[in-house]
Amino acid sequence: MVSNRHGATNMTALRAKPLMSLEEIGYTVFLGLLFLYCVLAAGKAVDPGFAFHATLGAIASAAGIFLIVRSYIDRDGRVEPDEINGKPNYNLGPVKFASIAAMFWGIAGFSVGIWIALELAFPLLNLDLPWTTFGRMRPLHTSAVIFAFGGNVLLATSFYVVQRTSRARMPGLVTPWFVILGYNMFIVIAGTGYLLGIGQSKEYAEPEWYADLWLTIVWVAYLLIFLATLWRRKEPHIYVANWFYLAFIVTIAMLHIVNNAAVPVSFFGSKSYVVWAGVQDAMVQWWYGHNAVGFFLTAGFLAIMYYFVPKRANRPVYSYRLSIIHFWALIFLYIWAGPHHLHYTALPEWASTLGMVFSVMLWMPSWGGMINGLMTLSGAWDKLRTDPVLRLLVVSVAFYGMSTFEGPLMSVKAVNSLSHYTDWTIGHVHSGALGWVGYVSFGALYCMVPWIWGKRDVYSLKLVDWHFWISTLGIVLYITSMWVSGIMQGLMWRAYTELGFLQYSFVETVEAMHPYYVIRAMGGILFLIGALIMAFNLYMTIRHGEAEKPAADVALAPAE
Amino acid sequence: MDFSYEQVAVFAQQSGLLYFFLIFAAICVYALWPKNKAKFDHAAQIPLEED
Repeated sequence: MVSNRHGATNMTALRAKPLMSLEEIGYTVFLGLLFLYCVLAAGKAVDPGFAFHATLGAIASAAGIFLIVRSYIDRDGRVEPDEINGKPNYNLGPVKFASIAAMFWGIAGFSVGIWIALELAFPLLNLDLPWTTFGRMRPLHTSAVIFAFGGNVLLATSFYVVQRTSRARMPGLVTPWFVILGYNMFIVIAGTGYLLGIGQSKEYAEPEWYADLWLTIVWVAYLLIFLATLWRRKEPHIYVANWFYLAFIVTIAMLHIVNNAAVPVSFFGSKSYVVWAGVQDAMVQWWYGHNAVGFFLTAGFLAIMYYFVPKRANRPVYSYRLSIIHFWALIFLYIWAGPHHLHYTALPEWASTLGMVFSVMLWMPSWGGMINGLMTLSGAWDKLRTDPVLRLLVVSVAFYGMSTFEGPLMSVKAVNSLSHYTDWTIGHVHSGALGWVGYVSFGALYCMVPWIWGKRDVYSLKLVDWHFWISTLGIVLYITSMWVSGIMQGLMWRAYTELGFLQYSFVETVEAMHPYYVIRAMGGILFLIGALIMAFNLYMTIRHGEAEKPAADVALAPAE
Repeated sequence: MDFSYEQVAVFAQQSGLLYFFLIFAAICVYALWPKNKAKFDHAAQIPLEED
């Protein structure tokens, strides 16, 4: 879309210019209407935050129309062919954009994480300003790492994997870009909203109604283009990674719509009220929350594992049958596990027990996936010694196994009564987030960036090695400090004197946690240093990487 | 014909359990059926085949 500038764009040519495609016209009309609404909303806005977002929306819609019209003029009636010399001509532009966006948001999100970790250790760092308080920065961190970094990794890899394993070019002139740019626009609206104090009090679903509606539109386009690519496949069988991506896309759509059902106070204001109330709201929230873990952070990234681990190890997946069974077991079980977030609350006890039982059962399909990923290496373990990218991927699967063992353990009521509301939960989440999601994403980007830019390999495997060891040290510091801090915190909260009074005041527990908060922040800093090394390495790969062997494979690197 | 909440709930729970269990059993049979092995062996090679 951007680089499609070869060829004359002579507007004065006498020959008739072919009309815009129906797709281009549709998006232009849609964005035009959106532009009008945004301008109207900016003028009539009842709160300044909404006026700001409406202005952003108007600018983005206008920019979208500009890009569509410009690419229409540039392409001059030509359409990228589906095949070149009998080989599929994959659409890699959107994949490239999302890969770079992922790296950018990753570094932003890790940095904000370090800042808020330091705020917990040294509260003065909130600068006494509303925009930088922990309450606003924390959703900025979680959304930046989960939805901005993780989301862009999933968009990039899913567009890449579904095309490669279907041996078909993704259809659409505008839709792939609409999905990628529209999703990143959602991130900008969400993130700036948090800092301005706009948000609904739903964890991992903080954006307000208009951002939610926008994401719904983008997500439906994502689902449709994914299905359309599968529909065009040359390969009769749909590869297992695509099943995981599809489960991720479909389930996130369902969760997002149900959890965010809300009534706006005004169509020109940011505030809305969620339709659910009381304990039902809590249950819907954690049905959403835990399945965001299950279908975004697990199913989506398992899809990455099922493509990139076999590809990098150059061996087929250990057991294709196991992949089918563990896929369906995961789908059937995960959806019931949410109530374990609400032990000892107003939730009925049977629901709480149900959530616990399903969480414990989840251990099996989770480990099914882990075993399948790890055993793919069987007979090729020596590659771990020489290939740090494969090591990142394999260690990610090991972390997946570890955190999916810890999770069911913590969902057991007796354990939860100690662990809940403590830093143990934070440690658990980060062993999954840094170790599993982070590492499998890093591994996939290290594989995919050279492939899509037509390079032989990453610029420096030695730097990947440095990244691996520095960030692993960071993760270890992070998890161990949070284990100690969390269990200590839990034990201090439940300690009684012989007279039956609480032994510690709350502030004493906070004071005791200070050294662990400092260690945790150090762990985060190491993790960020690793990511900065990675960004440099990927930049050098794109800019100065050794080109893939030329000739023969020309069709593999189509002109984008 | 009036149904009580209890009747509807019991029917939904039991038929739901049966329904999901049967689907899952069918998936396991499909995955483990000996004749399907060749198909899955081919499928496992999809990412490794160059195009």
